[in-house]
Amino acid sequence: MTEQTDYRIELNAVTKSFPGVLANDRVSFAIKPGEIHALLGENGAGKSTLVKMIYGIMQPDEGEIRWEGEAIKVANPKAARKLGVGMVFQHFSLFEAMTVLENIALGMDAKISQNLLEDKIREVMDVYGLKLDPHRIVSTLSVGERQRIEIVRALLLNPQLLIMDEPTSVLTPQEVAQLFETLRKLSATGCSILYISHKLHEIKELCDQATILRGGKVVGECDPKQETSKSMAEMMIGGDLKQIEKEVKTEFGEPRFIVDNLSQDGEGDFGVALSDISFTVRAGEIFGIAGVAGNGQNELLMALSGETPSLNAETIKLDGKSVADQTILQRRKHGLCAVPEERNGHAAVVDFSLSDNAILTARDRMNLSNNGMIKHAQARKYTKDVISTFGVKTTGDASPAGSLSGGNLQKFVVGREIMQKPDVLLISQPTWGVDAGAAAAIHQAIVDLADNGSAIIVISQDLDELLAICDEMAVINEGRLSKTLKVGEASVDEIGLLMGGIHGEPSASQDQAENAHAH
Amino acid sequence: MLIELEKRKEPSQAMLYLTPVIAVLATMFVGGILFSLIGHNGFAAVREIFITPLIDTHKWQDLGIKAAPLILIAVGLSIGFRANVWNIGAEGQYIVGGLAGTGIALLTWELEGWWILPLMCIAGVIGGGLYASIPAFLKTKLNVNEILSSLMLTYAAIQLLYYLMRGPWKDPEGFNFPQTRLFNDSQILPEIIPGTIVHLGVPLAFLIAIIAWFVMSKSIFGFQIRVVGSAPAAARYGGFSAKRTIWAAMLIGGGFAGLAGIFEAAGPFQQMVPQFPTGYGFTAIIVAFLGRLHPIGIILGGLVLAVSYVGGEIAQTSLGLPNAAAGIFQAMMLFFLLATDILVKYRLKLNLAKQAGDAS
Repeated sequence: MTEQTDYRIELNAVTKSFPGVLANDRVSFAIKPGEIHALLGENGAGKSTLVKMIYGIMQPDEGEIRWEGEAIKVANPKAARKLGVGMVFQHFSLFEAMTVLENIALGMDAKISQNLLEDKIREVMDVYGLKLDPHRIVSTLSVGERQRIEIVRALLLNPQLLIMDEPTSVLTPQEVAQLFETLRKLSATGCSILYISHKLHEIKELCDQATILRGGKVVGECDPKQETSKSMAEMMIGGDLKQIEKEVKTEFGEPRFIVDNLSQDGEGDFGVALSDISFTVRAGEIFGIAGVAGNGQNELLMALSGETPSLNAETIKLDGKSVADQTILQRRKHGLCAVPEERNGHAAVVDFSLSDNAILTARDRMNLSNNGMIKHAQARKYTKDVISTFGVKTTGDASPAGSLSGGNLQKFVVGREIMQKPDVLLISQPTWGVDAGAAAAIHQAIVDLADNGSAIIVISQDLDELLAICDEMAVINEGRLSKTLKVGEASVDEIGLLMGGIHGEPSASQDQAENAHAH
Repeated sequence: MLIELEKRKEPSQAMLYLTPVIAVLATMFVGGILFSLIGHNGFAAVREIFITPLIDTHKWQDLGIKAAPLILIAVGLSIGFRANVWNIGAEGQYIVGGLAGTGIALLTWELEGWWILPLMCIAGVIGGGLYASIPAFLKTKLNVNEILSSLMLTYAAIQLLYYLMRGPWKDPEGFNFPQTRLFNDSQILPEIIPGTIVHLGVPLAFLIAIIAWFVMSKSIFGFQIRVVGSAPAAARYGGFSAKRTIWAAMLIGGGFAGLAGIFEAAGPFQQMVPQFPTGYGFTAIIVAFLGRLHPIGIILGGLVLAVSYVGGEIAQTSLGLPNAAAGIFQAMMLFFLLATDILVKYRLKLNLAKQAGDAS
């Protein structure tokens, strides 16, 4: 039955549809043993659906998957693991309060004693140069270290194919380099890797072969090393990539937003405390805050926007007024608008219409209510303005926010705030999970708002984004903000080290832990 | 697997309105079979409980006075439920509201005047609201689950009622029966249709439901309730305080239940008696969900549950069914409603051939 084949896995005309969408339309590609194969595409291109079928979470409607020449049906993830498919998800499934070892033990299909498991874990880590203490509690680990747990978990099963879903979105540049080293070692042993990403320079650096998806279809195959980032991006989005128009500014206006020694306790067991945060943003300036996720970005945004007011009014000054003790409503009336990171359920209510979502934050500044009653006609008009100005693709102002694609909803949310003409705009992860076209539009809108004299604070994990649009930036690590850097003068290495902070030298604590064991 | 559940792209509007109807029909069908199996004439029971009250015009007045408190309480509860504030103790708030109004009536039993009845109603609202403020306080200050605290306070309210009836508030001329004196003419709700038992509280309950609809759909307050219920983080971002919303929802739920309580005392009972709690506060939860937490739906839901109450009484006399029969049907209705709720977001897919068609 088994045909002779050069490929570890082959997909032939795999098709999967959901109500209203064809997520994968006759997708075919193949991966050789030891090959690092990139699956490239924008959000919504169908990458996740495709790998979920390979990993057995979903079943294809049509088409076949061949594993080493043999047509197979992957009934569930357990079957996939048995076959030799490992997967590292973008979102980790780890118990914060348990140790690394306990977390790995929980995820094992086969029962195995803790001692034996620990030996195996140490062996895997030795082979692939992964540094991790099996007895550390997960909540004390950095995101990069947590990802290593997931990788170790997958490697323990000796996979023949490892799927990595957007693995670098939460890593510092140094951690990315470490990860790539591990992946190369792995591929040298003959394990195939399916690497999902939309970061083109990474794919160029790491991958041997790339399959490009757009709208659920394969639109191209290439050798990333032969292509430029621009040519791959254009295949990915199916058009010309728009460049942001931004002048290099040296002159700025008056300080509009001053944060002076802002501190705040962390909420709950895993909240991050903010300590002594200070920075100034002037009229016309875009100020970037870089950092790895979970270092206090959410807490900082909420403290700055007024979702969590502080007692000491003096710590935040908006156009000279002390506002740190004011609520988000009062700050908004004074000209401060904010876009939080999470679209679904924070920046927008998914089951509300777009027009109701406009009322959520624009009711005071845009006069959408009167004596406690909603002016629905005005709200619809404002919503339509946002939709047309920002080119939001939707069936109209009455469609639920959840029916929009991520990029379109983000354009709407950003548009809703920018069209209120804020004096100061706070924006977190402006293009997170957004396609390249929408990202360019959002970046341009931010730059244009600054050109009109507003002060803008952009919090992002995407260093490329910050370097492209910001004038000055700082790095947040464990709730502390670094010194301010001028964007033209800062090097990626320097920023990367600041992002790593204490986590940047994991070897120190690691060595101690290992020494402790040795004794 | 022959039948699969498939997630709908968007929640089905048709199913949103259809599932309450399906739930009522399923209740009649399954209820009929159930009562047949335990030796009654099941389908006669269904007929007496669900159909007779509707075709017997003499029963319509009963429907009105049974529906009124259900609607009033359910409208108040629905506001809380929309904000994810789970006030399960409307029965207790209904009792305390009734008691508060009765307190005014007992203080003014020798007086007359147009102002007495409104004062009793205000006392009813305040009594119910104050009683609901206990779980609100516990929730906002100590994060105590309001489901448990409000439910348990119901039993405290019943004991308070028993105490007052057997002690301080007992009618001195009442041959030692545990009940208050009868309210005087200034203290009872006037009949609005002469010759019937339909009192002023009935149209008021309908009117209040319609006002609630207007407020919930047109005001920032209604918007706030919906946002807090749908997305708490978005509510905070939008500038709405979760604690204030909990307080508002509990006070409205308690206030409406208290008003229903005093309407009931000053309407059908015309005094306070130990038999005052009849489960309206619990049944109203079914009404609120049957009406999809929408005031107009609640009016319809209130009428359906009123039918089951009136029908239950008819079936008791005509078929000798136990008093609990109506309760079984009511509970089944909630069960089927919650069970069919999944059809709003999912569709049933027959998977006979493995031919996955395009999304229709």
